Amino acid sequence: MNPVFWILAVLTVIGALAAVTLKNTVHCALAVTVAFAGLALFYLQLDAQFAGFAQILIYIGAVAILVVFAILLTRGSETPRTGLFSRSWFAGMTIAAAVFAVLGWAVIQSAHVLPHESAAPAVDVNQIGNALLNRYVLPLEIIALLLTAALIGAVIVAMHEKGESK
Amino acid sequence: MLGEGILKGLAETAKNFAGSFVSKERLTTVEYPEERLPLPEASRNFPFLVYDGQDWEKGLRCVACQICEKECPPKCIYIEKSKDKKPDFVGKPQIYPAKFDIDISVCMSCQICVEVCPFEAIKMNTEFELSTDDRFGGLLLNRQQLAKPNEYYRQIHPTEAAEVDARRAEEKAKAEAKAKADAEAKAKAAADAAAKAAAAPPKAAVQTEPKKEGGD
Amino acid sequence: MVSTLDQIFVLLKHWIVGQLPAGLQSFAGVLLSVVCIIAVFPALFAISVLLERKGLGRMQNRLGPNRVGPYGILQPVADGIKSLTKEDIVPVGADSVVHFLAPVSMVAIVFMGYAVLPMGRNMTLVHMDAALLFYFAMGASTELSVFMAGWSSRNKYSLLGAMRAVAQMISYEVPLLLSSVGVVMATGSLSLDKIVDVQNQYTFGLPHWFIFTPWGFASFVLFAIAATAETNRSPFDLPEGESELVAGYFTEYSGFKFAEFFLAEYVGMLSVSGLGTTLFLGGWSAPFAFLQFVPSWIWFFSKVMLSICVMIWLRGTLPRLRQDQLMNFAWKFVIPFTLLNLVDVAVWHFMGEGWARWIVCSAIVVIAYVVMGRAGMRRKNIAPRTYRYAE
Repeated sequence: MNPVFWILAVLTVIGALAAVTLKNTVHCALAVTVAFAGLALFYLQLDAQFAGFAQILIYIGAVAILVVFAILLTRGSETPRTGLFSRSWFAGMTIAAAVFAVLGWAVIQSAHVLPHESAAPAVDVNQIGNALLNRYVLPLEIIALLLTAALIGAVIVAMHEKGESK
Repeated sequence: MLGEGILKGLAETAKNFAGSFVSKERLTTVEYPEERLPLPEASRNFPFLVYDGQDWEKGLRCVACQICEKECPPKCIYIEKSKDKKPDFVGKPQIYPAKFDIDISVCMSCQICVEVCPFEAIKMNTEFELSTDDRFGGLLLNRQQLAKPNEYYRQIHPTEAAEVDARRAEEKAKAEAKAKADAEAKAKAAADAAAKAAAAPPKAAVQTEPKKEGGD
Repeated sequence: MVSTLDQIFVLLKHWIVGQLPAGLQSFAGVLLSVVCIIAVFPALFAISVLLERKGLGRMQNRLGPNRVGPYGILQPVADGIKSLTKEDIVPVGADSVVHFLAPVSMVAIVFMGYAVLPMGRNMTLVHMDAALLFYFAMGASTELSVFMAGWSSRNKYSLLGAMRAVAQMISYEVPLLLSSVGVVMATGSLSLDKIVDVQNQYTFGLPHWFIFTPWGFASFVLFAIAATAETNRSPFDLPEGESELVAGYFTEYSGFKFAEFFLAEYVGMLSVSGLGTTLFLGGWSAPFAFLQFVPSWIWFFSKVMLSICVMIWLRGTLPRLRQDQLMNFAWKFVIPFTLLNLVDVAVWHFMGEGWARWIVCSAIVVIAYVVMGRAGMRRKNIAPRTYRYAE
């Protein structure tokens, strides 16, 4: 539990909290970007280089921009007229606490089971590539098909809008 | 083929780049304060007063007729007449301007003052480097600042100046000829009068004789 | 002697770090390298700004700035003093926190890319296994700063400029990555050091740079196009188009913040030129085997400055591309071509050594280029324009 971990943890939690409590939606999007960056730094701290850089490239470089575009192109950029917190906040808090408890219990349980070696296995990108194309090739291809379907769907939705407006 | 136009464009730009070090026709920049482009002859900026000869006060052509002051559209000319007179280029005594101010921040270079001046006294200057840091007085040119010699006028507008000089020389010659003719006539009249005076008493003596010739 | 000159910066760093106590040494080493990068690349930025203004001037039949120093070499100093002393105006309706953070974050992220570039033999700041991925991750993060800049100014034109810039950068992110993937396939590693090492071999005195292979040449051209679009340089500079959108997403920035954006753009240009040099032009390796006595860092920086000169040349030549032409070009020409290029790399690799693979791969690239070029140009209906008048 070195100080770097605590700093990153504080950064990520602050980013996530800001993302749900700020009034301006674009500010929320930028705060969630900070949370993504915190997660990426966690991956890097755990020596998972590929995961960390992929997190930055994909989440900050694409997902955050997608979120921001979505906010701007819909009416989300106006400040909310009603209050920010819903009236059933107590129920929400209870459910969140329950989920957190379950996850925390699962993590602590599994920490007993794993061996106590602190040395992380050195996985280089070569091994990840080999694994993806040898052992996990079916999930890879299914995900690729899913993404292609999403792309084509987006194009069709956009095209239909253009057709209707004509 | 795709990309052909881009390659041709790149070649052209490279030629420009290389040529700008070598040939003058590729690099047409005139580096301003050190080199200046000659202005065309008909260019004009703000007016100036012409004087003949060496002394700007004595040779100033302006006779303070105030026509330019009245015709100026933005009223940028201010003239005060003098109390005494001085002779102009034909010798006739004329008043001269004691004050002649042009506010060049108001002047719009329309050249109307030049067109209406009957004495060829005000002409358009081509000087444009008149900027000053004195916001109020610096752009108000007085009589001395406006006065420039005729040689300067000949330098900046050669054909106009040649034409004006020719006209003035002609007028001067005519005036001189007239003056000479007048002087001759005067001398002749004086001589006649003197001859008449000399011939008068003998005329009175031979009063009876002309009575005989009263018919002529 | 030659190798000392080659390694002179490394030796200097070891000497300086050796003076300090052992605990501080690794930290001091990294700090020293970072300080060097932060000192060298803005100096190169000043040089490239000057080169750009004088070069563009000469290409446009005029002199560039030549008043400030002899031949205008102190012009960047004058520009720097001007931007530092200008009044910093923040519009009243602007989101001041985001408005402040946008240029700062852009500059910070752009400098991160230099951490993995091998600037000479043994002169990489951080040796990472997934170095190329790190570089692209940093490149992708700059898009968010562009958006922040445009949105926080509370100005419709800035926002429009920012949207265009982000759309352009995202579209050209794909060909940038895909053209680098060809190099990764040929090398078998994402590490930039290994990529340069593979290119540092010589046959008959000629180097093994990837640009001299058919797929490498095509990849390099596509990488150059994508890199020019990523850094918003002409002919892809519609987001900052001076005649269309005032200054696009940095309209509302004045003084030092504008200078920061300017710095970020040029440092980004240098950075992506550095990456292009590393991937295709052999990084710090010499062009001919007998020229290896010249220090490696001289080769690296010469190649980077040569790439900058080519970018300036392109800027002086080409008119600006309209946004839809830009996007069409990216999605309909560049991306299919990069995908075909990947097939070409695979063919190259599996055909083995010999002259046959040169012919086959060159044929694939040339035929694809001609066919796609013809197809692309045919779809434009270049007929006389018809007008419809209001009745």
